[in-house]
Amino acid sequence: MTAMTDDTLPITPRAMRDEMIVFGLMAVLLAIVPFTGIYPFFVMQALCFALVACAFNLLIGYGGLLSFGHAMFLGTAGYCSAHALKVWNLPPELGIVVGTAAAFALAIVTGYVSIRRQGIYFSMITLALSQLLYFIYLQAPFTHGEDGIQGIPQGRLFGVFDLSQPTILYYVVLAGFLGAFLLIYRTINSPFGEVLKSIRENEQRAISLGYKTDQYKWLAFILSGTLAGFAGALKVFVAQNASLTDVHWTMSGEIVLMTLVGGLGTIFGPVVGAFVIIAMQQYLAGFGQWVTVIQGVIFVACVLLFRRGIIGEVAHYFKRSL
Amino acid sequence: MADEFILETHGLTKEFAGFFAVRDVSLKVRRGHIHALIGPNGAGKTTCFNLLTKFLRPSAGTILYKGQDITATAPADVARLGLVRSFQISAVFPHLTALENVRVALQRQHGQSFDFWRSKSVLNRFNGRALELLNDVGLSEFANTPAVEMPYGRKRALEIATTLALDPEMMLLDEPMAGMGHEDIDKIAALIKRISAKYTILMVEHNLSVVANLSDVITVLTRGHVLAEGSYADLSKDERVKEAYLGAGHA
Repeated sequence: MTAMTDDTLPITPRAMRDEMIVFGLMAVLLAIVPFTGIYPFFVMQALCFALVACAFNLLIGYGGLLSFGHAMFLGTAGYCSAHALKVWNLPPELGIVVGTAAAFALAIVTGYVSIRRQGIYFSMITLALSQLLYFIYLQAPFTHGEDGIQGIPQGRLFGVFDLSQPTILYYVVLAGFLGAFLLIYRTINSPFGEVLKSIRENEQRAISLGYKTDQYKWLAFILSGTLAGFAGALKVFVAQNASLTDVHWTMSGEIVLMTLVGGLGTIFGPVVGAFVIIAMQQYLAGFGQWVTVIQGVIFVACVLLFRRGIIGEVAHYFKRSL
Repeated sequence: MADEFILETHGLTKEFAGFFAVRDVSLKVRRGHIHALIGPNGAGKTTCFNLLTKFLRPSAGTILYKGQDITATAPADVARLGLVRSFQISAVFPHLTALENVRVALQRQHGQSFDFWRSKSVLNRFNGRALELLNDVGLSEFANTPAVEMPYGRKRALEIATTLALDPEMMLLDEPMAGMGHEDIDKIAALIKRISAKYTILMVEHNLSVVANLSDVITVLTRGHVLAEGSYADLSKDERVKEAYLGAGHA
């Protein structure tokens, strides 16, 4: 491979092999977590956020679209799953389907509205739409406003797996995460992914080649929103509640932060970023309000010192694609 | 008529808040010709070009391509009709390799571009054709080089290869030689001459000498309207053209 002068490495067979090795490593490491004494609740929570960040990264890292409203998919799926499980008494698998389908429908509509605008305008529209939803959820009776939906039954997945058992729940969440991660990976390396990257690189040129770029961006938005929703549905089983926190704009900000810290436009960056941020919230909880300040400092340091993010810097150093 | 002239405009006008960048331009581009649109800075060449490629909407006038009115057609649809443009600043996809650049153009016609569940290895079937196209413009050695690392002149050649991948009927080139050294200019000029055997070309150029040997017909624009049209031999004798280029004092 020739020397690279810029951040992004072209995908080569070697790069794909590297990525599959790292994926295998990640899967094994995550699979042995229950045997290590690490608090599984923390890892499950981190996996849900890692998936949201990966979905977000699909949109910005490969489509060049900065959504500042991705919490709306996380929160909407969370509320809908929670409602389906608790009020309609649906089994877990259908609860997940309801939440994911709600995020899918939301992504179709919000994507259609926002995708026609570029750059900061796109970000502002996604932010405005998510704020709109936030206030709807604040008022709507089924979300129970400030209280949120509490005490959600976890049930038995497919009537077999008892999700109230932490270890079983852990492996179900892990399987969901790995499956969705592979789908994102495939999307990035698909014929569609090639067009998406070309739109990110030079949209005018893609149009002049006959691509109706709005349609591609819309599909990327729908995929991203649906997968973020899937993560939100999984998270309901972990947290056993659905609250306004997950639709608040600060959550959208955290998703951006996770992706930036880990490495924008890298395959594994958002996963690492999510674990770093969730670990900070978990283990620095003793500092109270200062956690936000510490996060802010890390964010500034990240932007100033290692702009490619953790994985981005590692990949750049080894001249690999990760 | 439609057979003889592949592209026609009637009274094409673009107004920006009271300023007429292009005023009442009627062009006829003959099939198989290299037609050059030249003029001094600010003559409205690029505006005119963007109107033809639909990246700007005209204030008035019509554009006919193969006899079909394309005045209100979307840019991506115009490209699908076989009328493909290049850009003044070389338009490549910088982080894709030269081969991938060409492949992006090839894959569109094959209807799998929305398939996010398929591996991109399905695109390997376009590699042969992509290499052929790269070879045509003398870039086979750059096939696996990311476009961002290629020298400027090579990027322009890559852009042409990508455009050719669409198998257009007509190519619109926006200052294809802008910012190039003499050696590269000769190469690209030779390339344009060669591909003109198969395609109609309309090119916008700032420099009259560059198009002198290349073009069949030259249209001179000044201040948004057509000043003169003809072969280089005709135009080089035209006092108005000299004046437009050199200023009244030098004429």
